[in-house]
Amino acid sequence: MTDVQVNQASEPGTEQDTVWVQEVHFIDSVPRWIAMTFVFVVFIGTWHLVTAFELVSPIILPTPWETLEDMVFVGKNLLSGGYMLGALWITFKEVVYGFALAIALGFSFGVLVGETAFGEKAVMPYLVAIDTMPKVAFAPLFVAWLGFGIESKVALAAFIATFPIVVGTAAGLHAADENARMLFKTMGASRMQTLIKMKLPTGLPQIFTGLKIGAVGVMAGAITGEFLGGGKGFGELIRVAASQLNTPRVFSLILYLSLVGLAVYAAVTWSQRKIVFWHKERVGAHDH
Amino acid sequence: MNAALAQDYSGAPLGAPVYELNNVSKTYARNLVVALEDVSLTLRKGSFTSVIGSSGCGKSTLLKIMAGLIPPTKGRVVLQSKPVTGPRHDIGMMFQQATLFPWKTAAENIVLPIEIRDGKAAAKKAIDSAHDLLEMVGLEGFENVYPNELSGGMAQRAAICRMLITEPAVLLLDEPFSALDELSRDMMNMELQRICNEQHATAFLVTHSIQEAVILSDEIVVMKPRPGRIAEIVDVDLPRPRTLDMMTTPKFGEIVDYIRTLLDKGEDM
Ligand SMILES: Nc1ncnc2c1ncn2[C@@H]1O[C@H](COP(=O)(O)OP(=O)(O)OP(=O)(O)O)[C@@H](O)[C@H]1O
Ligand SMILES: [Mg+2]
Repeated sequence: MTDVQVNQASEPGTEQDTVWVQEVHFIDSVPRWIAMTFVFVVFIGTWHLVTAFELVSPIILPTPWETLEDMVFVGKNLLSGGYMLGALWITFKEVVYGFALAIALGFSFGVLVGETAFGEKAVMPYLVAIDTMPKVAFAPLFVAWLGFGIESKVALAAFIATFPIVVGTAAGLHAADENARMLFKTMGASRMQTLIKMKLPTGLPQIFTGLKIGAVGVMAGAITGEFLGGGKGFGELIRVAASQLNTPRVFSLILYLSLVGLAVYAAVTWSQRKIVFWHKERVGAHDH
Repeated sequence: MNAALAQDYSGAPLGAPVYELNNVSKTYARNLVVALEDVSLTLRKGSFTSVIGSSGCGKSTLLKIMAGLIPPTKGRVVLQSKPVTGPRHDIGMMFQQATLFPWKTAAENIVLPIEIRDGKAAAKKAIDSAHDLLEMVGLEGFENVYPNELSGGMAQRAAICRMLITEPAVLLLDEPFSALDELSRDMMNMELQRICNEQHATAFLVTHSIQEAVILSDEIVVMKPRPGRIAEIVDVDLPRPRTLDMMTTPKFGEIVDYIRTLLDKGEDM
């Protein structure tokens, strides 16, 4: 009886297709670049209004246009190979050397702590203790030990960036699940083989997370080092501009400096995408 | 069909004892849980044995001891007349999860045991056998596919190939298909039967499904818990090869009921 009714109901024309009313958020239909431009315009607009009505003194906050003018000036100096390019180059070297050193140290300590019982028991507590200290406070020490050249900045940059890499590597080495460990055991794999062929590749996503945090820290380390230890880098230019109350210059220098940070970060993200090709990271991507 | 696959790996005649467990007991030192007590068992060449029992009665522990992954507290495990004292190459193992590594293609995953044992060059040479195995489990054309593009059933098929690439004499299977849906599970079980038959492999399967145990096995080891012991070893004298429609025969039903009663008795204790 029931069957017959169902059949009748599904005759063409007697029943309508069910229509799913899907909830569509407005933001989902807006391309990303438009959304980003919107935020940018609001930001600049607010900035403009704040300066136009002199809500804060011009010495504290320059207008957007003054900043833009100064950016053009600094940009020309950089492109023509002026003294600012030399300063940027020095800071860039500090960042790259510092990061390379941090990767070498962070990875080595990460493996020591993540793979050996000795490292976990005896070394990790010290690393945690040092990590909780305000690391920039070590800057005067590095200057005293290594002088006013780039060495002291490289050291501070590396010092700050090492810890997240240690933590990322150690966490990554613990990421492999029980099944994978057992499988390697059944195959008679040596400890070294298990580490290289299973634990490290499994932990690469975490290792890269550590590298990204490190990439941000290395920049902060280099600039702090320059503020506190002098030298001829970009941080020194910023310090001098600030002491002359040349705020548009400070702003534009910071913006150019952020390009260096972005470049390092982009390099890490790019290698992550190449190396950890199987791990699809979705940052901020909304899934509906 | 690859000639190497059809050949009898261990050389022993069918029916001869390959695996012998004598009074195996296991107490976990960490929590003093007696997981196994006095388990004695003989597996014959080419036979299919299942072990069934309630959760926590020591099935996985038994399998790990047989595989040489953990030592027994007491007793002896002998495989092909050599005591098992650690992982061995004549043992193939499979778990509930396929555990394929996402940075390797299907074929590279399959030759991983060779890579570990004999190095990269040997693994490269074994790629051809990996292709043959993939063909055997119905995955031809998937050699260069990465695991995250495989379905659960396909991944388990690849895991079967990985287990077989080293031509093991015995297969230890810990609920290998329990993560699959029932349809693929039945299919995989039939596939497993065919493979074991072709390779004259001796198989030992841990399962929670009475039906699965009966349809596949020559013998079913029924265990009871706390401490884990053998309650009874049940012979299954259904004809071979087994087919899925045997599940509807009265004989099948009888054996299933009998095992269910045994398991219920075990629970009461
Ligand atoms: N590594 C371990 N350390 C301590 N106790 C363990 C360990 N592994 C298992 N046990 C204990 O030993 C007993 C048997 O565990 P086992 O995993 O062998 O059971 P099982 O029959 O495989 O169960 P399931 O059907 O749920 O998989 C359980 O009581 C468990 O708590
Ligand atoms: Mg188990």
